[in-house]
Amino acid sequence: MNNQRSFFFNVDWVTVFIYLALCTVGWFNIHSAVFDERHPGILDFKTDYSKQLLYILISLVIGVVILLLESRFITALAPAFYGITLLLLLLVLVVGRSVGGNAAWISLGGGFKLQPSEFAKFTTCLLLARYLSATNVRITEWRSFLTAGAIIGVPMFLILLQPDMGSTLVFYSLIFVLYREGLSPYFLVISGLFIILFLTSILFTPIYVVAVISLIALLIIVLFRKNRRLIITIITGLAICIAFVFSVKFIYNHVLQPHQKVRIDIVLGIKSDPRGQGYNVNQSKIAIGSGKFWGKGYLHGTQTKYSFVPAQSTDFIFCTVGEEWGFAGSVLVLGLYLFLVLRIIFLAERQRSPFSRIYGYGVASIIFFHVMINIATTIGLAPVIGIPLPMISYGGSSLLNFTMLIFVLVKLDSNRMGIV
Amino acid sequence: MISFFERRYVITGIFLTIIIILLARLFYIQVIDPRYAIYASNNVRREIIHNPARGPILDRNGKILVQNVPFYDIMVTPKLVKPFDTVEFCNLLGINRAEFDKQWQKAMKYSPTRSSPFEKQISVATFASLQERLSEFPGFYSTPRYLRTYPDSVAAQFLGYIGEAQDRDIKRSAGYYHSGDYIGITGVEKSYETVLRGQRGVENLMVDSRGKPKGRYANGMFDTAAVAGQRLTSSLDIDIQKLGEKLMKNKLGSIVAIEPSTGEILCYVSSPTYDPNLMVGRERGNNAARIYKDPFDPFFIRPIQAKYPPGSSFKPLSALIALQEGIIDPGTTYYCPGYYKAGNRKIPCNNGEAHGLVNLSSAVALSCNGYFSMVFQKIMDRNGAKKTDATFANWRNNVGKFGLGSKLGLDMPGESRGNIPTPLHYDNVYKKGGWRSSTIISLAIGQGELLATPLQLANLECTIANEGYYYKPHLIKAIGEQNIIKKEYTLRNYVGIDSQYFQPVINGMQAVVDKGTAIRSKIPGIVMCGKTGTAQNPHGESHSVFVAFAPRDHPRIAIAVVVENSGEGAHWAAPIASFIVEKYLKGSISQRESGITVDYYANATRLPDSATYLHSNSFNRRKALKADSIKKRMQDSVNNKLKGVKSASSKSKKDSSTRLLAAQQMHKEDE
Repeated sequence: MNNQRSFFFNVDWVTVFIYLALCTVGWFNIHSAVFDERHPGILDFKTDYSKQLLYILISLVIGVVILLLESRFITALAPAFYGITLLLLLLVLVVGRSVGGNAAWISLGGGFKLQPSEFAKFTTCLLLARYLSATNVRITEWRSFLTAGAIIGVPMFLILLQPDMGSTLVFYSLIFVLYREGLSPYFLVISGLFIILFLTSILFTPIYVVAVISLIALLIIVLFRKNRRLIITIITGLAICIAFVFSVKFIYNHVLQPHQKVRIDIVLGIKSDPRGQGYNVNQSKIAIGSGKFWGKGYLHGTQTKYSFVPAQSTDFIFCTVGEEWGFAGSVLVLGLYLFLVLRIIFLAERQRSPFSRIYGYGVASIIFFHVMINIATTIGLAPVIGIPLPMISYGGSSLLNFTMLIFVLVKLDSNRMGIV
Repeated sequence: MISFFERRYVITGIFLTIIIILLARLFYIQVIDPRYAIYASNNVRREIIHNPARGPILDRNGKILVQNVPFYDIMVTPKLVKPFDTVEFCNLLGINRAEFDKQWQKAMKYSPTRSSPFEKQISVATFASLQERLSEFPGFYSTPRYLRTYPDSVAAQFLGYIGEAQDRDIKRSAGYYHSGDYIGITGVEKSYETVLRGQRGVENLMVDSRGKPKGRYANGMFDTAAVAGQRLTSSLDIDIQKLGEKLMKNKLGSIVAIEPSTGEILCYVSSPTYDPNLMVGRERGNNAARIYKDPFDPFFIRPIQAKYPPGSSFKPLSALIALQEGIIDPGTTYYCPGYYKAGNRKIPCNNGEAHGLVNLSSAVALSCNGYFSMVFQKIMDRNGAKKTDATFANWRNNVGKFGLGSKLGLDMPGESRGNIPTPLHYDNVYKKGGWRSSTIISLAIGQGELLATPLQLANLECTIANEGYYYKPHLIKAIGEQNIIKKEYTLRNYVGIDSQYFQPVINGMQAVVDKGTAIRSKIPGIVMCGKTGTAQNPHGESHSVFVAFAPRDHPRIAIAVVVENSGEGAHWAAPIASFIVEKYLKGSISQRESGITVDYYANATRLPDSATYLHSNSFNRRKALKADSIKKRMQDSVNNKLKGVKSASSKSKKDSSTRLLAAQQMHKEDE
């Protein structure tokens, strides 16, 4: 009895509440996106919103089951989960059903499909936490760093083979976890630098980019000419940067698929193509922009309801939020996400066990990366790489993945006083 | 381990920054940039236009000149079309596969999600069999439209025609007309366009991304109902119009008859004419091309665009001005020796036979050239033979008051001014001070540089009939159900001649018909006052002119008739005028003492050789057409006709190609 009371007392209800709020927001928006005035019934099991209701219920059941499990069980089985996921990722390459150009799905029959790449995020997160929390692992050591890199890199590689660029990039967000655990900040800075170099070398002729970075390097060398070590570092860095710039141009021209190139071009403003590849983003911006401050009201959107925006209940679900709830709704939804992510960081930091903390940061990074890329896509700030908006986008695999990510953390947190 | 704790804030900071960037961007596109709301409404909003029926036009007695017949356009929205049996569909529409493909591509090119006409002008009969089947072909629907129809096929040049609005019309209308809308191109259809067209209705629908209707936009807040065009009551009398067109068949010329007490035009014949029904419907393009090719140009509106020297019909006016100026009085006499000598010029009169002693009335009755030359010279020389300049300007001004030399302001496009020469003109020809009354003596008898349209001549007769004033001539008597009459048509325009001076002139004009040149055209029981004229034509036989009004007391009709290339006024124009006058006043035509019959004149042909005709008239016409909106097209056709005729005999290779081009262009414009 006593045990029961303390269990419920220890569950972080704030996180659960935000999770439920986002699920609710999602469900209403899916309903609105596929709403048809001539068939206004809510519970017709052929529609996306009734299926989503089912997914929410299943997710809640699984959430409760996770809360009732032993924490130790979760930690112990992390490698097994990871292994199963890798097998599924291999399987999907063989029997995968192609949806939207990506062979990412395993059919479960009855119209339900499984997307292993979603669960890979959860299991990778678990294994990474378990590995990094081991007493003899220091991320600052090359051996540990490379092992951690492999844990993240193997599922990334398998997903890239599908090919699902969006999900692949999600794993990159785990760099925040490594950073928190002691990875040199240079990695963050260098990542940022390489992103900038990547974009500029696509936008401009490589020669000009090289000229500019060489000039900056020269300036630094002149300023710090006394520091020999720095000069050597700068020169090495410059050489790497120049090599990167040219290889980016090469990859962009010869490796990327045409539709990926076009999507990048649209975001960078190289190509404006509102009737062709840019149609989605353009219509998405129109839908969101036409919402104005207070929105058109629930079920009163026209752009999503009359199918001007494609993928309106999955990757472009935020259009419905923007159109019907306006800027006020956008602030509410982004606010909820920010609150959730900050709350998760708060939970992570109050853990006594490194495993829980590392895992918590993984959850926060993955959720944040999804939100950032998804919303940036809908308003034309990022290329269309097709990743869902956590808890809001339609889709069982995605919802289940985020449910497990969050509820495992809540479970770990409720046990934080105990020994893991 | 502990040392990395502060990295929490770095991560939090990065997350916060990114969220703020996203919110800023959202704020920009949702709150600041207004374009997206407009794009969004463009996406979903579709205007469905409901075209109102165009106003009908009636004659003065309420008989229908133009009305509407409904027909249907089949519209298509390509994205909504589902696979269907094309063969069957083609059969229903009565088109072949090639046409189908052509129309389909046209519609796709216009827009896959917006509707455009697929097949135009389906008759009610064809549509009846199509209507019930149309629902089997999703994406296709019908929209009603109206075509003009002319039950009696008369007054083509008055009524004009409508056609699809050109880019220029669309631009000028500031958004009223859209591509495919109909607009009046000539005639009353053009001049009363805004009254006739009515008000288009607009229904705003919401559509989905495939163009499928999903309900009303903004609950119909922006919808407007169509308002049918207003009815016009014309001043024409369809019976005498029909008679006039019958009499003028196979002749070139005009009949203009006006009611002096109102200025209402009763009869407005331009010959050759065409059946206005030809300018309607699917064959319109071909018909128009055929009419353009007619060497005598049925599109030329002779009553207001053809200019002739008035000849003797000008003499009454000459006399009136002299009386008003006190140069002569009704008793002034002159001895006519069969010619008039002005300086060293000799004006022949009466084929050289002496008229003897004539007074004003008899001079009018006998059309004595000598008398009017004498009068003219007296006017011009009254301030001394060398000061003709100012005197002539004054005379010109007096003539101008009768409506000559300027537009009368008829409610029709394309009116010509005619011409009264200016002192400057003579200065240019003869040097300043190098001309005097004898130089310009031919003006006295309505020749020389004087040019008038048949409308101006008829208006002149109205002024004489009214003894000193006229009402602005007009073709539309009343507008709408309330029969609104424009105020400008109720005002008298005085010409500056006191009414007492008219009787001697009118006496002379009565004598013209009673015992003078037009005696063969005397109408039993009606006193008609008239004046024959023979307008010199440098290119061939003279034009036969007759002007008149009747009855003498309380005149009800004033008329001007011109029959081109037909010699003396008494021979052709006068009899034709007499039939019109009698038909109008009595309702029927009685047996004539002279034995002239309607049938004789109706069946006679007075067409000149087409090549000579084209050559002599091209310049005149081109000038006349300047004011007209169809100027360009018609000019081309005139030019091409000219070239076509010439090229048969001589040079230029490019003629035929230009001609072909113009014909194609015409074709295009009419499609």
